[in-house]
Amino acid sequence: MIVPDNIVRSTCPYCGVGCQVDMHIKDDRIYRVTAPFDSAPNYGNLCVKGRFGMDFVNHPRRLRTPLIRKELGGQRQPVGLDGFRPATWEEALDMAASRLAQLVTRRGGDAIGTYASAKATNEDNYVFQKFVRAVLHTNNVDHCSRLCHSGSVTGLQLAIGSSAMSNSIAEMEHLDTFIVTGSNTTETHPVISLSLKAAVRRHGAKLIVVDPRQIEMVDFATLWLRQRPGTDVAVFSAMAHVIVQEGLVNREFLAARTEGFEEYKSTLQEMTPEWAAGVSGVPAEDIRRAARMYAEAQAAAIYWGMGISQSTHGTENALCLANLALMTGQIGRPGTGLNPLRGQNNVQGASDSGALPPFLTTYQRVDDPAARQRFEAAWGVPLSTVPGLTVTEMVDGALAGDIKGMYIMGENPLLTEPYLSHSRHAMAELDFVLFQDIFLNETGEYADVVLPARSFAEKDGTFVNSDRRVQRGRQAVAPVGASRADWDITCDLARRIEQKLGRNRSAGFAYDNAEEIWDEMRSVTPDFGGITYERLEREGGVHWPCPSLEHPGTPYLFADTFPRGKGKFWPVTYGTLSELPDEEYPFVLSTGRVLYHWHGGTLSRHSVLDQIYPEAVVEIHPDDARSLAIATGDWLEVVSRRGHITARALVTARSPEGVIFIPFHFAEAAANELTQNTIDPRAKIPDFKLCAVRIARAEIPADRNASPIPLTDRGAIKDPLSVR
Amino acid sequence: MDNSHPMIELTIDGQTVQAAPGSTILQAAHSIGIDIPVICYHEATTPNAVCRICTVEVTGQRTLLPACVAQVAPGMQVQTQSERARRSRKVILELLASTVDLAEAPEIQAQMADYQADPQRYDGTRREAGYFDDNPFYIRDYDKCILCWRCMQVCADDAQYVNALTLGGRGFDSHIATFYDQPMPDTSCVFCGQCLGVCPTGALKPKRQALMEQGQPEDVIWLATRPPRRKERKP
Repeated sequence: MIVPDNIVRSTCPYCGVGCQVDMHIKDDRIYRVTAPFDSAPNYGNLCVKGRFGMDFVNHPRRLRTPLIRKELGGQRQPVGLDGFRPATWEEALDMAASRLAQLVTRRGGDAIGTYASAKATNEDNYVFQKFVRAVLHTNNVDHCSRLCHSGSVTGLQLAIGSSAMSNSIAEMEHLDTFIVTGSNTTETHPVISLSLKAAVRRHGAKLIVVDPRQIEMVDFATLWLRQRPGTDVAVFSAMAHVIVQEGLVNREFLAARTEGFEEYKSTLQEMTPEWAAGVSGVPAEDIRRAARMYAEAQAAAIYWGMGISQSTHGTENALCLANLALMTGQIGRPGTGLNPLRGQNNVQGASDSGALPPFLTTYQRVDDPAARQRFEAAWGVPLSTVPGLTVTEMVDGALAGDIKGMYIMGENPLLTEPYLSHSRHAMAELDFVLFQDIFLNETGEYADVVLPARSFAEKDGTFVNSDRRVQRGRQAVAPVGASRADWDITCDLARRIEQKLGRNRSAGFAYDNAEEIWDEMRSVTPDFGGITYERLEREGGVHWPCPSLEHPGTPYLFADTFPRGKGKFWPVTYGTLSELPDEEYPFVLSTGRVLYHWHGGTLSRHSVLDQIYPEAVVEIHPDDARSLAIATGDWLEVVSRRGHITARALVTARSPEGVIFIPFHFAEAAANELTQNTIDPRAKIPDFKLCAVRIARAEIPADRNASPIPLTDRGAIKDPLSVR
Repeated sequence: MDNSHPMIELTIDGQTVQAAPGSTILQAAHSIGIDIPVICYHEATTPNAVCRICTVEVTGQRTLLPACVAQVAPGMQVQTQSERARRSRKVILELLASTVDLAEAPEIQAQMADYQADPQRYDGTRREAGYFDDNPFYIRDYDKCILCWRCMQVCADDAQYVNALTLGGRGFDSHIATFYDQPMPDTSCVFCGQCLGVCPTGALKPKRQALMEQGQPEDVIWLATRPPRRKERKP
């Protein structure tokens, strides 16, 4: 029996649920992870990633020292670890500072694009965006939330003026009626799914699932609307049509809290359930039943994920959901509301910390003089007033020659961007690439200088989970090699560049610890004003907004008013899909995640999790498989207009006929080789959930080994609909 | 607590206590700081009164009542430390120790000291319910299992709703099992490990921890994140 040297309370590094974990440490290793039973949001529960997937921290391939590319200059090619030489921090940081300072001098800061990180702490992200804004003098700072929830953010900002989840996770178990749409909750937010399952099984809540895939939540649903991919707007608009037609609108709420309803109502005339049934394949009667269940409920909430936002009409999808909540008054009370389930463990926090092109901390706009002046006063430097480029625009900017350098902290865009060959071409065009992470991933292979960062278990800081709860991350083990905390690296780089640019006054990059950074954030961010490290120590977590030390925090939002004043209805039109299947590319491809892996795979593929799910699969419907003579385990080549990959088939009725599904975690068969970079015009989010592909039987690629144990025998595929 | 009904008054160990209707003796005792020992009871699981260690004496009742499920009643007189209750607990602990390996159950060991239970008193047959190392994440060492049911409960409706675990066998051969004794990868298990979080005896633990306890060096532990193996006996 092992007696732990130490048990350290921290926040799980995987998803946006933000589970509290107790890491049991012996000889500087995490050997066991448990969860406190008395703490929100997880009350003792974890999923496989949090419970067992922390061993990436000590993986032998962790970056231990700064690296510099051996062959600098010339056409940029991706290289592995042997393409780099070890360097001292002094040499690596000085080279990075010189090259970035040169770019600022010659072309201006707007020629540099930067990726902050939804995996790094609030403190890391705050320092990062401060560096970009105050030293590089550009607002070109963004992160992967662009690729996940920008559709939801844009839609909710338009409708109510705030994009955070309106309800706390703790409320979920006591729901009355709720909709889950575009979220495979049991795999992507496993611990939240436990509360949703309990709401149904223990408290008799009614669940409506709106999703093309027969996900596990369907087993708990009263009603399942299986729409064709990309037809969400039709289904939700028809629900709104029914609510109007049958007089189920909440007149009182409409009058007191909203505007623009009459104009919106007139656009619903043609959007009948029968019309929607033709477009989406959902029976008209089911749309009617869903509309009544939602509108007539005592309290009804909506939960959604990437299926809503990752679309060329992601903003419209989110607006549809907001319209439903506003017309029925299902918002502003416990158990009601609009809840985008955030992906990364700190995607909410990275956004809140100002790592977005138009926003300083907690959505204070760079083009709002009052907000900007608060930061200019605090930092002592003038700031750019022009909102910067988004990640998708930075890639295009690199190809156009406008972006010449990139600084990437803790992200892997060359696995998570759509249309990867396009992104790789962009990366190859750059003059200088600075990369900072805990492993050398697909993106790092393009770097000139690689800086080794500390993992979540080796540093202090704060994270913000999906329901706006600010929680502590705490150092549990000694840092690996010469690695340094992200904020510490960025500060050092910032000071060097300020010196090279001859700035006579620093914007302030001399912090002794993470708490000092947090206290500076609080001083410029009224919404964080009442949240101190001392308070987090005592209370475990505090939901922002929390303006003062006496304020209890805000578990649910919009009780009396919306941030934009009145909730606004926005007419939504049903547009054409971004790429339709045709004779040459007859299948629709949808991408997503699985329980055992995490996004770009930088963490999970370096952990024991990769043992149970070591390869990509192509989910294909039994009828399609039969007509193509495909069986589970067969190698398939999947081809789109943009690229091709090879992976093995999993025959399952989970996705409908004509639709295949591929998880995007696997670099050797990267689903994003196939996806398209067509974007939502307002949110700039690409359409990851829909593109046209063709499929053919293939041989195993020469550079891959067939795993001796088929994926279906490893225990990861719990799919009763699959055909072995 | 439900405030719409009048509170129920009872006495526990001579102290008067007000408790909400429907609450248990255990909850009422807890509210005035009286400690009743528990083993199978856990705040995260539905109480089932399996282990009987929490039984208390209630005046007028023929048998001892399990405090974790017995509800309070007006005028009830409860004694948590009567000689009969204490003797019952001592025997339960001695019977457990006679058959199960309690080496990694510090809370039960502390109770044995409290009740002066003699682990050698009964010369019981040792339980040999198997050591299962059949997945990359955790091991199951059922020689240490006291059948508290918590793992089974969090696998079902107390948390995860996947129902990978069940009870197998009868009488002395009762054990926690999977359906048809399938290895874990073939069951509905999603490896959330909620069961590890509630196991009180070290019967369930992360594979990494088990290998460290065997004294395996780090490189061996790394390699041991290997393909799943089938049912095996303890090395």
